Formats: sequence, C-alpha cells, structure tokens
Amino acid sequence: MNAINKLLTSAAIGLAVGVTSFSAIAETPANMLVIANRIDDVTTVDPAESFEFAGSDISRNVYNRLVNLDPMDLAAGYQPDLAESWEVSEDGKTITFTMREGVKFHSGNPVRAEDAAFSLQRAVILNKTPAFILTQFGFTPENAAETIKADGNKLMITTDKKYATSFVLNCLTATIGGIVDKEVVMANEADGDMGNTWLKTNSAGSGPYKLDGWKPNESVTLSSNPDYYGGAPTMERVIVRHVTESASQRLLLERGDIDIARNLNPEDIAGASSAGGVKIEDELKGRLMYLALNQKHPVLSKPEVRQAFKYLIDYEGMRDSFLKGQYTIHQNFLPATYLGASDENPFSYNIEKAKELLAAAGVENLEVEIGVREAQERIEIGQSFQNAAAQAGIKVNITVGTAKQILARYRARELDVYLGAWGPDYPDPQTNAGTFAYNPDNSDAANATGLLAWRTGWDAGGLTEKVDAAVTEGDREKRVQMYLDIQKEFREISPFVMMFQQIEQSALRDNVMNWSTGQAVTSAAYWQVTK
Amino acid sequence: MLTLGSIAVTLLGLLFITFVIGRVMPIDPVLAIVGERASQETYDTVYLQLGLDKPLMVQFFYYLWDVLHLDFGTSLLNARPVSEDIARVFPATLELATIGIIFGVVLGVPLGVLAAVRKGSWIDQIARVVALVGYSMPIFWLGLMGLLVFYGILGWVGGPGRVGIFYVDVVPSVTGLILVDSLLDGNWDVFKDAFSHIILPASLLGYYSLAYVSRMTRSFMLEQLSAEYITTARVKGMSEWDVVWKHAFKNIRVQLITVIALSYANLLEGSVLTEIIFSWPGIGSYITTALLSADMNAVLGGTVVVGLIFILLNILSDLLYKVFDPRAK
Repeated sequence: MNAINKLLTSAAIGLAVGVTSFSAIAETPANMLVIANRIDDVTTVDPAESFEFAGSDISRNVYNRLVNLDPMDLAAGYQPDLAESWEVSEDGKTITFTMREGVKFHSGNPVRAEDAAFSLQRAVILNKTPAFILTQFGFTPENAAETIKADGNKLMITTDKKYATSFVLNCLTATIGGIVDKEVVMANEADGDMGNTWLKTNSAGSGPYKLDGWKPNESVTLSSNPDYYGGAPTMERVIVRHVTESASQRLLLERGDIDIARNLNPEDIAGASSAGGVKIEDELKGRLMYLALNQKHPVLSKPEVRQAFKYLIDYEGMRDSFLKGQYTIHQNFLPATYLGASDENPFSYNIEKAKELLAAAGVENLEVEIGVREAQERIEIGQSFQNAAAQAGIKVNITVGTAKQILARYRARELDVYLGAWGPDYPDPQTNAGTFAYNPDNSDAANATGLLAWRTGWDAGGLTEKVDAAVTEGDREKRVQMYLDIQKEFREISPFVMMFQQIEQSALRDNVMNWSTGQAVTSAAYWQVTK
Repeated sequence: MLTLGSIAVTLLGLLFITFVIGRVMPIDPVLAIVGERASQETYDTVYLQLGLDKPLMVQFFYYLWDVLHLDFGTSLLNARPVSEDIARVFPATLELATIGIIFGVVLGVPLGVLAAVRKGSWIDQIARVVALVGYSMPIFWLGLMGLLVFYGILGWVGGPGRVGIFYVDVVPSVTGLILVDSLLDGNWDVFKDAFSHIILPASLLGYYSLAYVSRMTRSFMLEQLSAEYITTARVKGMSEWDVVWKHAFKNIRVQLITVIALSYANLLEGSVLTEIIFSWPGIGSYITTALLSADMNAVLGGTVVVGLIFILLNILSDLLYKVFDPRAK
C-alpha cells in the first residue's frame, strides 16, 4: 500500500503542476454548502455513542447542548446554549441550569429540562465509549435518576464531589452533551435500547441543522432548521461528500463543484493556493505527536536520558519538510487553544547536548526498539529520530506494525519507545492532564491501560496530586496557572517527548466566509457560514 | 445436483478460508470499536460480546449458521446490517462494471478480429499499442489524468461521485442502479447527469478490459485463421466476411466467453483504485475500508458476494458453452 500511496502522491504532484491555472467553471448554489471530507470514520450519529471526528461534526450541527462553544469566538469558552443560565450550590457539587424558553426540536416538540435530563441519563445508562466523559463525575446507571434530574424548567446535576465548574461545563460541550428529543427517541426504542439503534442513523435534535441522510462512505446531507432559536442558517443545505483522494478533492474545488476541501495533502494545498478563486485557512487541531520512553527500561528511566531524548528530535527540520503545513512544534501535553495551554517550547535539536546528558548518565552503546504504527508521517518521524539518535551513539530499531500489534505492546508496557499520536476527548485540560500526568497506581496489577502515564510505566509522583487539585479549583484563572505549572514540571521530568501539534488546512472557494473546523476544542460548525 | 453440490463446497471453502484469515490477521476488531484509550474492562466486555473468547471453529459455525439464514451480521463500525450495505454498494459496482465490459467487448472483439485478419498491418500495430498501454499504464494515473483532462480542463464529463450535488437522492432507489432508476422515474436530467459521471470511470475500466479482450481475440483468431478448414472455405470461394465471421469467429466464441466472463468478474470485484479516485461507493472500496477498519463482518460479507459472482459467472459460462458448442451438450 505504501508503494501505491507514493505513486498516488507522485501523480498528485504531477497534477498539481498541471492544473495550476485552470479556473472554475461551475459554482455551487448560494444557499448550499458542499464539503469534501473523509467520512469513513462515522460509525453512528447518536450523540451518546459518537466519538469520531466526522461523526462529531454532524452532531455539533444537529444537536444543541446545555452550554456550547461559539465557532466565531472559540477562545471565549463555553457559552449558554439550551441552558440560559446556571448556578452552583455552596458545596460546589450541584449545578442548576435554567432552560431557555421557546426552543423546539426538529419534530416541533418543545425542548424541556426533562429532555436534557433524559439525554444525560441516557448517555450514562447506555455507557457507550464516550460515557466516561460524564461518568467521571460519579454518575452511574444506578444513580443517574438521582444525580441528574429535572424540575420544571430547571435541570440539576449533582457530582460525587466538588469539581471546577469549568471542568463540568467544558465536558458538557462535548458531543455526548447533545440534547435529544425524548418523545421521538423513546417512540423508536427497541428492546430497551433507549432508541440507540434508531439514533445511530437518524437524528432528534434542536440544532441549526437536521440530518436528512447518512450513507456510509458516501455522503451526509443536512438541511437547515428554519425555526432554529439562533436564527435560520444561511446555508439551507449542507452536503458532505466522501472523497478520499486529495487530487480528486482538489479538482472538485478548483472546478467549483465543492466549496470546501478538507483533506488536501501538502502538494495539493500548495497547488490549490495558487489557483484562482481558492483560499487556504489553517486551524490548530488537538492531535499531538509524542514519544513515550518506557520507565521500566533501566536506562530510559534515568532522568538525564529522558532529557537527552528531548534534544534528539529535529523539530524544525521535520516541521519544515515532510510535516510542512500539517504540524507545528508543540512541546506540551495541552494543545494550543486549550484552557491552560502553554506556548513554551524549550527543547531544540542539539546532538551535543544530548551526548553530554547521556555521558552524565553513564550510558554507552544503548540500543532501543521504537514501535511505530504504519502511517507514513509516523514512519518518517521515526526515521528522523533514528538518524539523530545514531549520531548520539544510540541504536534505534524501528518496528512498524498495525495498531493491534504496536498498541497492544504499548498497553502491555513492553515497548522501549512508542511513537504515538493523541487527541483530546473533550474540551477541558483534564482530558490530557488526566492521562499524561496522572497515574495513582503504577503497579502492573493496576492495569490502568487508559492512562498514558501508566502505559509508559511512569509514576507521575506529585503531578498526580496536582492534576487532582486542578480539576477541583473553582477559580478559572488559578486553574489556568495550575496547568501551566504542571506542564512546566512535566516538560522537565516526564518520559514523554512532546513534539508536534496538528494543523488542519482547509481549502475553500474564496466566497466562503466564517468557516470553522472547531480548532482543537470542538468540531466543525456550518450554521455561521456564508457565501 | 452436481453443480449445486460443487457450488456449496466452493462457498463453504471460501467462507472458511476468509473467516480464518480474518481471525488471524493482525487487526483488532475490539480496538476498532472501543478505541485505543478504552479501559481493559471495556475492552474485555466487547471482546466477550463479539464471541472472540470461543474456539475458532465454534465462532465459524455460529457465523455459518447466520450466513445460511442470509444474515451477514452487523457492520461492527456503522452498526447497519452488512446485507443492507452490500445492497447499497454492489449496484454501484454492477453499473460501472457492466458499462465497462460492454465498452471493452464492443470495441475489443472487433479490434482483436481485425488485428488478426490484418496481421502486421497498421491496424494490428494500433491494436498492439492500445493493448500495451492498457496493460502497462497504472490505473490511478490514467484515472487522474482522465479526470484532469475531461473533467478539469474540458468539462465534458462529471467529476467524482455517482451524480452531481443537484441530483443527490432526487430519484427513488428501486434497483440501486442510478441510470435505471432515473429512467424508471422518467427523470431525464438525472439520467444525463449520472451518465456524465459514469462514462469516464466506466471507459477507464472498459479500456483495461478492451486491452485484454482484444489481445485474446487476436490470438484465438490467428489460430483459427491458420487452420485448414479456413483455407478450404477460401478455396471454395467464400467471401472474406463469411470466412472470418461465419467460420473462424464462430469457433472462438466459447473461448471468448471465458475471457469475457473472467474480465467481467474482475470488474465486478470492484476496482479499488478507480473507486477511490472517482469517489465511487462500490464494493471494492467497501471491502477495503472494512478491512482497514477491522470490520470483519463486512469483509466476510463482501468476500462471499464476490465469491458468488465468480461462481455464478462460471455457471453462466458453462451454460453458454452448451449453447455455442454442440460438443458440450
């Protein structure tokens, strides 16, 4: 497949040279937005279950949440959505939301606090993959009716202990916080599944768009909700077409048959940017690339060796060559655009410094295995690291394998070094802090495979307590400072070599305005787009 | 009875081999469902739900039982019945392959016959070049160039996809074949648009069939034209047309049927690269995506369908032999 990919890339490059000058001869209708994207990761559109990128895009546009992020001002953080306001109890454990009046579902049913309570309870009871975003607050299928309840126009949620309000509300902006129409969903219940089977392929929301159809690996069609409480969207119809090949996306865009191409490779981005009528927009996404050094390894666990590896990455060289336009240097576990994100990148490519550190640790003739999943960019990063390490006297053996092969060994703490990618699960700093810098029990028996720190065999020491403290800090500014401090310490002592943060480059027809892919914190929004 | 028996044994073998390969491949269907960050507990729960803890033979017999009830299971990833998915993607491939093979046969057979009859002439040289290019040119390159020229620059054909955005879901799906459905619906605009989208990928696939069919036709015809009965026919004063078409060609029909059936079966299997370049939601890209996503129910379902196609086309070839070759009766 690699050979095929290379040939395809070569063909695409040829294409890029060949089509730099042709102009669009078609145009999509003024009230329709047509997007080319890879949507083969959509497995369900039920907000209680959906946990993939393209599925989250659908959900964000179809379902309102209690609180939500404004695509035109993501930095502002959560804003009122179906909840007009909220109050926190004195003990900090109960949040009471006051629902917005007059909002209707696509079915015409009014949006009630009862629907909101049902939606959150349902997500907890169904306990699908993303349920942990809610259950981390102590909600269980058994106590859901008590801890999440409606009373008239009010919705009360009670957590098992005091958490930072911003933590709870940030989690409610995630896909799983989507509010569904209880009447419609329960009318389609089968075998006690709370409508899960039906909602996998249908929608019951109140958002700016309703789902007209999803054909796996083919298309998603949305139509606008003229009664949307925020005002009917300008784009009355949105079609997302599954186009896998970058060159095909580019041709469609340059011909004017689509408005937005979301998966152009660097060569096609370069070609499209010089084509008439097309513009390129960059947004930072949440995906981070990192190396994890197994702390069960007697040499890799030495502090100087951990430091040395951070100087063995050709950050700028990779960013400016095969990762150009796709990744930026980022040496922290919170992606830029996140609450508490740090822009400190203290490490640079410095072989001599690495050699000094290795010598100080008394390391000679070190040979390690690095596990790399079979993705081109990861393999190239692995090879770059291998070259740099060789110059410092370390022999790196690259093992390339499928996700099953490599990940299983990482989860079993067997790999010396793992080259990984990680994306946040919800738009709160805890999502990454709670996995990179948190590990309450590092024993093999704990088997905490969900925590990257555990997989890496790293006892995070005092950082675990600091992460715990940060999720309960009510003052937003103090909380930000806590994460900055945690990351500063993490950079120095952790066995994670944080390297890059992903950039998504969208190519748009130049009449498309207000496009947002949601940066690192959320998904793409269509309702604010105009042409 | 013998035919039915051999079909059953072939299918059983196909199912078993595919099933075993699916289970020993280094891909993890559990991981595909729960995601890499799931806890061990979640992982184990799904592992048990999928029945992966049971012995391989037990898993196979469960699967076989379901298949016998025409149940290919549910796609692990999109949660839809695999049979529904196949019913959606197969017509797209069928439509593309059928037009492709018509293109390949209608042009390839006469070209092969002419090349044989005019051996060494300019037309034989053209046929040789056409076949050589067809054999040697990578399909994705030709596909991209075709898109660039006929869609990007000239605008003669539609772009990637089965229809343009204006016609998505406009006609009700009856057969799943958009050309047929649009005619049934009497919607001429959709037909024209769908035709403009299918013509390029179908021609591309047809070209590869043409290359194969024309070379084989030429070879078969040369063998016949050098036979003594052809010389006798010419001595008897028959016209060249009759010699070629009523004598020589008549005797290569059985061999041609095999070639065409194989070529058609290859097209029906789905050309993954063509489907990717043209964003054609066919069975080739369906099986490939399922394979890369560890969706083994979908892979098995798709493989069984492809296997069935080969078996059916083989049976059809056998039946046609009997029609065209009295000795086979």
